[in-house]
Amino acid sequence: MTLRILAFGVAKEIVGGRSVTLELNETPTIAALSDMLQIRYPQLKALASYRLAVNNEFASATDVLHEKDEIAIIPPVSGG
Amino acid sequence: MIDIKIDTEPLSLQTCFDKVMSPVAGGIDVFIGTVRNSTKGKKVVHLEFEAYETMALQEMRKIAENIIEKWPVHHIVIHHRVGVLKTGEIPVIIAVSAAHRDAAFTACRYAIDTLKQSVPIWKKEVFEDGEVWVAAHP
Repeated sequence: MTLRILAFGVAKEIVGGRSVTLELNETPTIAALSDMLQIRYPQLKALASYRLAVNNEFASATDVLHEKDEIAIIPPVSGG
Repeated sequence: MIDIKIDTEPLSLQTCFDKVMSPVAGGIDVFIGTVRNSTKGKKVVHLEFEAYETMALQEMRKIAENIIEKWPVHHIVIHHRVGVLKTGEIPVIIAVSAAHRDAAFTACRYAIDTLKQSVPIWKKEVFEDGEVWVAAHP
Protein backbone atom coordinates (compact mmCIF):
# COMPACT_ATOMS: atom_id res chain seq x y z
CA MET A 1 0.00 0.00 0.00
CA THR A 2 1.31 3.41 -0.96
CA LEU A 3 0.95 6.07 1.72
CA ARG A 4 1.61 9.78 1.42
CA ILE A 5 2.65 11.42 4.66
CA LEU A 6 2.66 15.15 5.34
CA ALA A 7 5.42 16.63 7.48
CA PHE A 8 5.45 19.86 9.47
CA GLY A 9 7.88 21.89 11.54
CA VAL A 10 11.07 20.03 12.37
CA ALA A 11 9.67 16.84 10.77
CA LYS A 12 9.64 18.62 7.41
CA GLU A 13 13.39 19.13 7.74
CA ILE A 14 13.98 15.54 8.89
CA VAL A 15 12.17 13.95 5.92
CA GLY A 16 13.45 16.60 3.52
CA GLY A 17 10.16 18.01 2.28
CA ARG A 18 6.51 18.82 2.92
CA SER A 19 5.49 15.23 2.19
CA VAL A 20 6.96 11.80 1.63
CA THR A 21 5.59 8.67 -0.02
CA LEU A 22 6.18 5.26 1.57
CA GLU A 23 5.32 1.72 0.59
CA LEU A 24 3.97 -0.35 3.48
CA ASN A 25 3.61 -4.08 2.86
CA GLU A 26 2.60 -5.48 6.23
CA THR A 27 -0.73 -4.73 7.94
CA PRO A 28 -0.86 -0.97 7.61
CA THR A 29 -1.24 0.18 11.19
CA ILE A 30 0.02 3.39 12.75
CA ALA A 31 2.54 1.32 14.75
CA ALA A 32 3.91 -0.29 11.56
CA LEU A 33 4.15 3.07 9.83
CA SER A 34 5.87 4.60 12.83
CA ASP A 35 8.45 1.78 12.87
CA MET A 36 9.10 2.27 9.18
CA LEU A 37 9.44 6.03 9.55
CA GLN A 38 11.93 5.61 12.38
CA ILE A 39 14.06 3.21 10.33
CA ARG A 40 14.05 5.53 7.36
CA TYR A 41 14.43 8.74 9.38
CA PRO A 42 16.32 7.87 12.62
CA GLN A 43 16.36 11.55 13.58
CA LEU A 44 12.66 11.21 14.47
CA LYS A 45 13.81 9.24 17.55
CA ALA A 46 15.80 12.25 18.75
CA LEU A 47 12.64 14.38 19.01
CA ALA A 48 11.10 15.07 22.43
CA SER A 49 8.08 13.20 21.04
CA TYR A 50 6.02 12.97 17.89
CA ARG A 51 2.58 11.74 16.99
CA LEU A 52 0.88 10.70 13.80
CA ALA A 53 -2.43 12.14 12.69
CA VAL A 54 -4.91 10.51 10.32
CA ASN A 55 -7.53 12.63 8.59
CA ASN A 56 -6.90 15.54 10.94
CA GLU A 57 -7.20 13.52 14.17
CA PHE A 58 -4.42 12.25 16.45
CA ALA A 59 -4.08 8.52 15.81
CA SER A 60 -3.46 5.49 18.09
CA ALA A 61 -0.89 2.75 17.49
CA THR A 62 -3.50 0.16 16.52
CA ASP A 63 -5.40 2.34 14.01
CA VAL A 64 -5.43 0.80 10.53
CA LEU A 65 -4.51 2.98 7.56
CA HIS A 66 -6.19 3.24 4.18
CA GLU A 67 -4.68 4.40 0.91
CA LYS A 68 -6.65 7.65 0.69
CA ASP A 69 -6.00 8.69 4.32
CA GLU A 70 -4.36 12.02 4.96
CA ILE A 71 -1.49 11.11 7.26
CA ALA A 72 0.74 13.64 9.00
CA ILE A 73 3.77 13.61 11.28
CA ILE A 74 3.09 15.92 14.22
CA PRO A 75 6.31 16.83 16.08
CA PRO A 76 6.00 18.58 19.48
CA VAL A 77 3.66 21.54 18.96
CA SER A 78 4.71 25.03 20.01
CA GLY A 79 1.97 27.45 19.03
CA GLY A 80 0.75 30.40 21.06
CA MET B 1 -20.65 31.85 19.57
CA ILE B 2 -17.32 30.37 18.59
CA ASP B 3 -14.97 32.15 16.19
CA ILE B 4 -11.79 30.39 15.08
CA LYS B 5 -9.24 31.74 12.62
CA ILE B 6 -5.70 31.18 11.34
CA ASP B 7 -4.38 34.11 9.37
CA THR B 8 -1.19 35.36 7.74
CA GLU B 9 -2.30 38.98 8.30
CA PRO B 10 -1.84 40.81 11.65
CA LEU B 11 -4.50 39.91 14.23
CA SER B 12 -6.94 42.58 15.37
CA LEU B 13 -7.58 43.00 19.08
CA GLN B 14 -10.57 45.22 18.29
CA THR B 15 -12.12 42.51 16.09
CA CYS B 16 -11.72 39.90 18.83
CA PHE B 17 -13.21 42.25 21.42
CA ASP B 18 -16.16 43.16 19.19
CA LYS B 19 -16.91 39.49 18.49
CA VAL B 20 -17.16 38.48 22.17
CA MET B 21 -18.88 41.67 23.40
CA SER B 22 -22.40 40.87 24.49
CA PRO B 23 -25.08 42.70 26.50
CA VAL B 24 -25.47 39.60 28.69
CA ALA B 25 -21.76 39.45 29.49
CA GLY B 26 -20.46 40.86 32.76
CA GLY B 27 -16.83 40.55 31.78
CA ILE B 28 -14.40 39.75 28.99
CA ASP B 29 -11.07 38.05 29.49
CA VAL B 30 -8.44 38.42 26.77
CA PHE B 31 -5.11 36.67 26.39
CA ILE B 32 -2.67 38.21 23.93
CA GLY B 33 0.48 36.28 23.08
CA THR B 34 3.39 38.49 22.02
CA VAL B 35 6.76 37.79 20.47
CA ARG B 36 9.52 38.12 23.09
CA ASN B 37 12.86 39.62 22.07
CA SER B 38 15.05 36.92 23.63
CA THR B 39 15.20 33.28 24.71
CA LYS B 40 17.63 32.23 27.43
CA GLY B 41 19.60 35.41 26.90
CA LYS B 42 19.86 35.04 23.12
CA LYS B 43 18.46 37.78 20.94
CA VAL B 44 15.54 36.61 18.78
CA VAL B 45 15.55 38.14 15.29
CA HIS B 46 12.07 36.85 14.45
CA LEU B 47 9.76 33.87 14.85
CA GLU B 48 8.29 31.75 12.09
CA PHE B 49 4.93 30.10 12.74
CA GLU B 50 3.66 27.20 10.67
CA ALA B 51 0.31 25.41 11.00
CA TYR B 52 -1.23 22.18 9.77
CA GLU B 53 -4.14 24.39 9.04
CA THR B 54 -7.10 22.03 8.61
CA MET B 55 -6.22 20.06 11.74
CA ALA B 56 -5.25 23.14 13.75
CA LEU B 57 -8.62 24.79 13.03
CA GLN B 58 -10.37 21.59 14.08
CA GLU B 59 -8.35 21.32 17.32
CA MET B 60 -8.97 24.99 18.12
CA ARG B 61 -12.70 24.45 17.61
CA LYS B 62 -12.60 21.42 19.96
CA ILE B 63 -11.03 23.59 22.67
CA ALA B 64 -13.79 26.18 22.28
CA GLU B 65 -16.52 23.51 22.28
CA ASN B 66 -15.06 21.93 25.44
CA ILE B 67 -15.11 25.32 27.10
CA ILE B 68 -18.76 25.89 26.24
CA GLU B 69 -19.55 22.49 27.80
CA LYS B 70 -17.45 23.05 30.93
CA TRP B 71 -18.06 26.67 31.89
CA PRO B 72 -20.87 29.22 31.59
CA VAL B 73 -19.30 31.44 28.93
CA HIS B 74 -21.05 33.29 26.13
CA HIS B 75 -18.58 33.80 23.30
CA ILE B 76 -15.07 32.53 22.51
CA VAL B 77 -12.64 33.80 19.92
CA ILE B 78 -9.35 32.02 19.17
CA HIS B 79 -7.26 33.67 16.46
CA HIS B 80 -3.74 32.50 15.59
CA ARG B 81 -1.33 34.05 13.16
CA VAL B 82 1.19 32.22 10.98
CA GLY B 83 4.21 33.37 8.99
CA VAL B 84 7.13 35.56 10.05
CA LEU B 85 6.54 37.64 13.20
CA LYS B 86 8.88 40.22 14.69
CA THR B 87 9.34 41.25 18.34
CA GLY B 88 6.16 42.72 19.81
CA GLU B 89 3.88 41.26 17.17
CA ILE B 90 0.91 39.11 18.17
CA PRO B 91 0.81 35.37 17.35
CA VAL B 92 -2.37 34.59 19.28
CA ILE B 93 -5.45 36.26 20.74
CA ILE B 94 -8.00 34.45 22.88
CA ALA B 95 -11.08 36.33 24.07
CA VAL B 96 -13.87 34.96 26.26
CA SER B 97 -17.00 36.69 27.48
CA ALA B 98 -19.08 35.43 30.40
CA ALA B 99 -21.68 36.65 32.85
CA HIS B 100 -19.12 36.46 35.66
CA ARG B 101 -15.36 36.82 35.72
CA ASP B 102 -14.46 33.44 37.24
CA ALA B 103 -15.66 31.53 34.18
CA ALA B 104 -14.02 34.00 31.79
CA PHE B 105 -10.60 33.81 33.51
CA THR B 106 -10.72 30.01 33.85
CA ALA B 107 -11.85 29.42 30.27
CA CYS B 108 -9.28 31.79 28.82
CA ARG B 109 -6.46 30.11 30.71
CA TYR B 110 -7.70 26.65 29.70
CA ALA B 111 -7.82 27.78 26.07
CA ILE B 112 -4.22 29.00 25.86
CA ASP B 113 -2.83 26.11 27.95
CA THR B 114 -4.63 23.52 25.81
CA LEU B 115 -3.73 25.27 22.55
CA LYS B 116 -0.07 25.02 23.48
CA GLN B 117 -0.44 21.27 24.10
CA SER B 118 -2.67 20.04 21.30
CA VAL B 119 -2.98 22.41 18.36
CA PRO B 120 -0.63 21.53 15.46
CA ILE B 121 1.14 24.85 15.13
CA TRP B 122 4.92 25.17 15.29
CA LYS B 123 7.25 28.03 16.04
CA LYS B 124 10.83 28.41 14.88
CA GLU B 125 13.04 30.88 16.71
CA VAL B 126 15.51 32.59 14.42
CA PHE B 127 18.62 33.96 16.17
CA GLU B 128 21.48 35.97 14.69
CA ASP B 129 23.60 32.81 14.54
CA GLY B 130 21.08 30.05 13.90
CA GLU B 131 17.54 28.81 14.31
CA VAL B 132 15.64 26.24 16.36
CA TRP B 133 12.17 24.65 16.31
CA VAL B 134 10.81 25.34 19.79
CA ALA B 135 10.23 22.25 21.99
CA ALA B 136 11.28 19.85 19.21
CA HIS B 137 14.15 18.23 21.10
CA PRO B 138 14.46 17.31 24.78
